Amino acid sequence: MTETETRLKALMLRGLEGDASAYRACLALLGARLRAYFARRMAGAPGDVEDLVQETLLAVHLKRSTWDPSQSFTAWAHAVARYKLIDHWRRRKIRQTLPIEDHIEFLAAEEPEPSVGIELDRALASLPERQRILVSDVKLTGLSLAEAGARVGISEGAAKVALHRALKVLAERMRHAD
Amino acid sequence: MRTEDLIEALAADGAPIRPPPRRLAAVAGAGALVALVLVLVWLRPRHDLMSAMQGGMFWMKALYTAALGLAGYLAIERLSRPAGGGRRGWLLGGAALAVFVAAGVVQAMRSPDIQAALHMLRGHSWHSCSVNILILGLPMLALGLVAVRGMAPTRPVAAGFATGLFAGGVAATVYGLHCAENTFTFVALWYSLGVLLLAALGALLGRWVLRW
Repeated sequence: MTETETRLKALMLRGLEGDASAYRACLALLGARLRAYFARRMAGAPGDVEDLVQETLLAVHLKRSTWDPSQSFTAWAHAVARYKLIDHWRRRKIRQTLPIEDHIEFLAAEEPEPSVGIELDRALASLPERQRILVSDVKLTGLSLAEAGARVGISEGAAKVALHRALKVLAERMRHAD
Repeated sequence: MRTEDLIEALAADGAPIRPPPRRLAAVAGAGALVALVLVLVWLRPRHDLMSAMQGGMFWMKALYTAALGLAGYLAIERLSRPAGGGRRGWLLGGAALAVFVAAGVVQAMRSPDIQAALHMLRGHSWHSCSVNILILGLPMLALGLVAVRGMAPTRPVAAGFATGLFAGGVAATVYGLHCAENTFTFVALWYSLGVLLLAALGALLGRWVLRW
């Protein structure tokens, strides 16, 4: 368990310094933990699990500056996941209480298989065409941001700004999804 | 969409990130500047500003309100992060308030009669003091709530209260340039009330605004 914290934290720190592959590995590892965490608490709505994993990963990414590297990364990520789960229940008007659990428990679980999220696609479809193409090009074809930008006719700098803005809009739309 | 695909898109986004302390410092700077402009063009600085600055009470007031602002900062710096609690800030703010209220009570009790004590309590501007502080702090409260919303508060009411305390402390400190009241009794009541009004408003708004 603490081994996972050590790995996650090391990967996140490298990610924050600009190491994209470490960052990717960090999010993938975290995504698996999130999936297990949500699956255990949402037995009544397994179809929502992947949506919530994706919404939380987006939040982790956009809010990563609020993690203080002198603190536990797992405790921070667990608090984000917990907040997103409670918010999800609130939106769905589900009355449910979440016991205050230790974040160590957040790390301990078998890992269910990933499924496909629906809400993110819906949010993506509502983006302006250029932003949508940018996001899907980077994700699907593994193009670099500069190449993806060139395909929609914008510079790498403009592509960076557009991608960041698109991710922020996606996070906001997913929050209002239900 | 598959989660791996999302992760690819996230990893491609290397937009620079600013940690909470730097964003909050920018809010304080902008908020203080707006309050200062309002004091200069609307309320006008006190006539005896230069000589008042030689005296101790001017600085005692400033120290008190700055302590309240610092308390708000310390609380929101933690509360804007998931799993963060505002204890340090609440302790400092509570201690500053307790000291000033105690000093105000002692000062009022030492006055020769009840009329003198009441006069001290009302000062010359009791009717406008708290409201002025509230108005001076509104721009910073708005800026603060926007900034905090961009971070990740998981306790919206407490985070809103701390943002209001932060804005109120800064606004009341700037208000000291205009206000000529110089008793502990007056400051302990009306300054504190103005700051707490902003904090209460922050808590109220935070409940709705500080969601992400």
